[in-house]
Amino acid sequence: MKVSVDVAVVGGGAAGMAAAKAAAEAGAKTLLLEREERLGGVLDQCIHPGFGLHRYREELTGPEFAFRLLSELERTKAEVVTGATVLAVRPGPELLVASEKGLIKVQARALVWAAGARERPFGPLLIPGTRPAGIFTAGLAQKLVNIHGLLPGKRALILGSGDIGLIMARRLHLEGIEVVGVAEIKPFPGGLLRNVVQCLEDFGIPLFLRHTVAKIHGHKRLSGVTIMEVDEQGQPIPDTEKFFALDTLVLSVGLIPEVRPLEPFFPQGVMVNNLFQSAVPWIFFAGNALTVFDLVDTVARIGEEAGRNAARYAQEKPPKPKAVPLRKGQNVSVLVPHEVIPGEPAHLFLRVPRPLSRATIRVADVYAKNQVSLRPAEMVEIALPPEATAELAQLPQAEVEVIPA
Amino acid sequence: MRIAIIGAGVVGSLIARELSRYEAEILLFDREEEVGLGVTKANSGIVHAGFHDEPGTLRARFCVLGNALYPGLAEELGFSFRQTGALALAFDAEEKKTLNRLREWGEANGVPGLKLLSKEEVLAQEPEVNPAVRAGLFAPTVGVTAPWEVAQAAAENAQENGAELHLGEEVLGIEIKHGRVQALRTQKGCYWVDAIVNAAGLFADRISEMAGVPFPPLVPRRGEYILLDEPAGNLVRSVLFPTPNPITKGILVIPTVDGGLLLGPTAEDLSPTDKEATETTAQGISQVIRGAQKLVPKIPLTQALKTFAGLRPEPENGDFVVGPSNVRGFYQAGGMRSPGLTAAPAIAQFLAHEVIAPDLALKKKSTFKPKRERIPHAAELSEEEWEKLIREDPRWGRIVCFCNTVTEAEVVEAIRRGARTLDGVKFRTRAGFGRCQGSFCTTKIMAILARELSFGPEKITLRGPGSELILGKVRP
Repeated sequence: MKVSVDVAVVGGGAAGMAAAKAAAEAGAKTLLLEREERLGGVLDQCIHPGFGLHRYREELTGPEFAFRLLSELERTKAEVVTGATVLAVRPGPELLVASEKGLIKVQARALVWAAGARERPFGPLLIPGTRPAGIFTAGLAQKLVNIHGLLPGKRALILGSGDIGLIMARRLHLEGIEVVGVAEIKPFPGGLLRNVVQCLEDFGIPLFLRHTVAKIHGHKRLSGVTIMEVDEQGQPIPDTEKFFALDTLVLSVGLIPEVRPLEPFFPQGVMVNNLFQSAVPWIFFAGNALTVFDLVDTVARIGEEAGRNAARYAQEKPPKPKAVPLRKGQNVSVLVPHEVIPGEPAHLFLRVPRPLSRATIRVADVYAKNQVSLRPAEMVEIALPPEATAELAQLPQAEVEVIPA
Repeated sequence: MRIAIIGAGVVGSLIARELSRYEAEILLFDREEEVGLGVTKANSGIVHAGFHDEPGTLRARFCVLGNALYPGLAEELGFSFRQTGALALAFDAEEKKTLNRLREWGEANGVPGLKLLSKEEVLAQEPEVNPAVRAGLFAPTVGVTAPWEVAQAAAENAQENGAELHLGEEVLGIEIKHGRVQALRTQKGCYWVDAIVNAAGLFADRISEMAGVPFPPLVPRRGEYILLDEPAGNLVRSVLFPTPNPITKGILVIPTVDGGLLLGPTAEDLSPTDKEATETTAQGISQVIRGAQKLVPKIPLTQALKTFAGLRPEPENGDFVVGPSNVRGFYQAGGMRSPGLTAAPAIAQFLAHEVIAPDLALKKKSTFKPKRERIPHAAELSEEEWEKLIREDPRWGRIVCFCNTVTEAEVVEAIRRGARTLDGVKFRTRAGFGRCQGSFCTTKIMAILARELSFGPEKITLRGPGSELILGKVRP
């Protein structure tokens, strides 16, 4: 089966739905491919509130947010195929897609990759001990509880204080599972402050900062874990063992952008300009497949931008504009985009590696802004006006840095 | 004639398959819920050439014979096998001498094609090897396989030829009368049998004691491993060994049969009662890292997928225990330390055709079907072939495991062939073996298992009773 479109969007979560909607609104013939049976992505299992405050000026649950966005998408001419997994992306551009109707070859002029992220699993943590049943990533635990109505255990510890981990601590507690605590290897929580307060403190769930799981016990089903305090390098400190008898360990230790079929195109990693366009001019990125965002509202907005830009590329095939590379300076652990086009407005998204109470954010010497209370969990967005980006044109590269006050 | 085989690992399953060529009732028992979950599962997966073993040992004899059988057997039984060759590396003059001795051993054992390589030749062949290397011994006949696939394929083929598989049945007792095997007892019942083959891996000593046959004490030797994801598998072409010491072959760098890279194992002798101590340790893992980095300095540890440990049964005298015993009808296939996986097909042939069949006057049957088809893996087919399968059955178009591109049809077929647990599906289809380690596919596979086997999600286990995944339901 062969299909020819202007813009193919891969991934039917918030980023992909928004991208497909915007591309179709811009007049591009658009096809949205989703590997699951329905659209919504991870939003479907996020039944807690806290979504949509920016985009819809209302506090919505994940499924409600997805429904709103889906309604916007359905008003456009974008075509949607679910149960469709992208197996390969080839120059052409052509996508090879598996579906129960057969293999589909999608010829597209532009691609928006919005395939989301996967969870960092247990294995790469190299934690010593046995390998019993009862170890779940937070997203899997969330899917079991919220979609399938099944409980993974009776007594649990959460490793990692990412937002899904914090949300799951509360969720499991509310379902009658005893949550003995959340262990976090860093000296500060990985998730948003509001989640630390509303998910842990409000329910008396302890947060063990500077702690990690040092050993897994149990043969068939998990029987317990040993946690230990860690030093500055993250190495366990002898004689700090604490044993918890439990049947469930939930991991919230990070998300990794899902870009596998595109890896051959980007051996050095994915980099985008402020149009969300990559080094391969017909490939655009959106959402957590680019970098892990903190708010779905931002993801949807960026998705729309990427979709619009992809549509314009498909329709006009403009040459890829010259851009000035950005460099991560001090106290910047995450930064997108990776380059900006001089003379165009640009939004930069960055994260700091440690909490800073007061700091100045600088972009070369064309932009500076003072900010209070910067936290690693919260993405900082700065809007560079066209005059500022125009000034960058002369530079070989522009450093973005966060200077503590 | 009724013959029971205790242990459905590589050795027991291959013996069951060889015996299913005869007019006899074959019963294959394992205490686990799936085939090949004991010693077989956590293994280096190497089909050795036979230069590590002293001439005159059973190990040397069966290793060389077994190695020669693998390519044909892989074809016939449809399991993964790739001849990669191996390089043993020497880093000083003393080790160079040892390589010379290994070559002599190998030649005495009948290992074909052994070749001593200079430093330059080693580095030309394997550019990522530590440049401090002084020399290498190349063995072209070394290969890699997925040991659990060998056990599954052999057990399946034995079943196709009439053997009965009794999983989740632990042998609790053996009845001997007048110096002759009479029956065995499991928690599910008593079976009258004419012969028993002891292929019980780590528990071969206990099973032997049940029959009143002395057996050298088995020491569980723990081996810890780190498995790296696919791109890392391209780092080396051949299996890399350090120069071995008298205790162990050392920590290796192994390109796995499915494209990953396996590092390990350690060799730590445990107490003979510690037969379930399959936990990894902080020391073991760092030892694996150091050992692997000595051979290949640029090991990409960021691509680590998982760590695991296995126990290998180490007989006191260091050699296999294979053949008849002083109890009539009780046969040994135990003490399967390295190179047990390589030797298994040769041991199975020897025991079945040269020992048991003449002993029990078994007659060959004409209906034996040697060929077993592997479960097709859609992602390995041409687009035309895959398309055709989807037209016949849309489940071939539904991807369940995104990391390894496994379709629903493959999972259903794995269950039809005997998978009962998540591990059973994983070790047959590679669903859940990839970089997300099952965080996307677990609920899908649970749903397929529940549907195909008509039981509720609370019955689904990781690898048998006691390893349930679900312990309750949300509030109504």
